[in-house]
Amino acid sequence: MTTTTIAAPRSPRRLRGRTNTELYAWLFMRVSGVFLIVLVFGHLFVNLMVGEGINALDFAFVAGKWADPLWQVWDLLMLWLAMIHGTNGLRTVINDYAERDQVRMWLKMLLYVAAAFTIILGTLVIFTFDPCPAEAAAELLPSFCPGA
Amino acid sequence: MTLTTEAPGATPAEAPSAIPSFQVTMRLRRFNPESDTEPRWENHTLTMHGTDRVLDALHKIKWEIDGSLTFRRSCAHGICGSDAMRINGRNRLACKTLLKDLPLKKPITVEPIKGLAVQKDLVVDMEPFYAAYKSIMPFLITTGNDPSRERRQSPADRERFDDTTKCILCAACTTSCPVYWSDGQYFGPQAIVGAHRFIFDSRDEGAEQRLEILNDREGVWRCRTTFNCTDACPRGIEVTKAIQEVKQALLFRRV
Ligand code: SF4
Ligand code: FES
Repeated sequence: MTTTTIAAPRSPRRLRGRTNTELYAWLFMRVSGVFLIVLVFGHLFVNLMVGEGINALDFAFVAGKWADPLWQVWDLLMLWLAMIHGTNGLRTVINDYAERDQVRMWLKMLLYVAAAFTIILGTLVIFTFDPCPAEAAAELLPSFCPGA
Repeated sequence: MTLTTEAPGATPAEAPSAIPSFQVTMRLRRFNPESDTEPRWENHTLTMHGTDRVLDALHKIKWEIDGSLTFRRSCAHGICGSDAMRINGRNRLACKTLLKDLPLKKPITVEPIKGLAVQKDLVVDMEPFYAAYKSIMPFLITTGNDPSRERRQSPADRERFDDTTKCILCAACTTSCPVYWSDGQYFGPQAIVGAHRFIFDSRDEGAEQRLEILNDREGVWRCRTTFNCTDACPRGIEVTKAIQEVKQALLFRRV
């Protein structure tokens, strides 16, 4: 070949920063949605329908569940996925409908702080929960407590 | 003289009697930048025929009642894409919408398409819309030397992007999208349709770049699958499907 090879015109231009943030956010919504269907309906089924159903719900029932690592992980996953899923959804709504940049920024700030607060508080409760508080009446406690 | 041209309206008993005629009220959203501060509504009641389209009603008003009525149209046969407007709240081509298909009991509302600045009456500034189209590079991108004959393509490869070649750039889809209404930065369905036409063309080599452009914050991920665009498209292009295909290509980096 006698022709010289010239670099192609318009070689890929670097767009600002080239991130896949929006792609991952979109993907997360689909994946977490699928997980949440299983988690939420599993939760509702176990709490409201199995055994005595809704009548069994009391402190002891919840305490009993959280003594089991399976339910700790289940509730933790549900909390995180639902919170992030919802927060991202609201972020989208704010992006779509808040017209002024300032309003948009503050609304999103408020959203992120509220979401972070709820996630941290919820996580803390799941892991530091004491199923047998010392001063509680015995009949309210789950069966495995020393006082019950 | 054997050839005679009859003056319009001279033979009221002939042709029109064959076609049913009816009364229709056209409710137009008018705006004259020279005298109005706000758009206003204006009603006209006309006698029209079963073969008439919304465009014919607009013509009748412009030619016989109020010459200042301003709207775009060119081909009048659904080819040029210049007369997209909001008819009874839906984006349609005035030249493809028959009056008899609309509920005639109530006035038929005709507004300019939403999301682009109104210049006068039904005419909007299309520049931002074209700018979005330009930014996805709607032309063949190749590397290496040009072949000395045509670029061959199998019918199956051609079929891959057939749907999106039908676009006439009427903007009905983009201006029916609620995301576009509130965020003019969004590329909009039409730009994605335009990109789809090249991304899935086996002869084109610019898919990477176009995908990268549409991966932007204001790109395909802004789509909420509302399906307004698919409903609006006068060419019957499955716009939402095309957008989903671009999302998929981005997700799996495979065209
Ligand atoms: S995709 Fe359809 S509605 Fe959108 S600009 Fe093209 S022809 Fe018009
Ligand atoms: S006037 Fe050309 S598409 Fe309607």
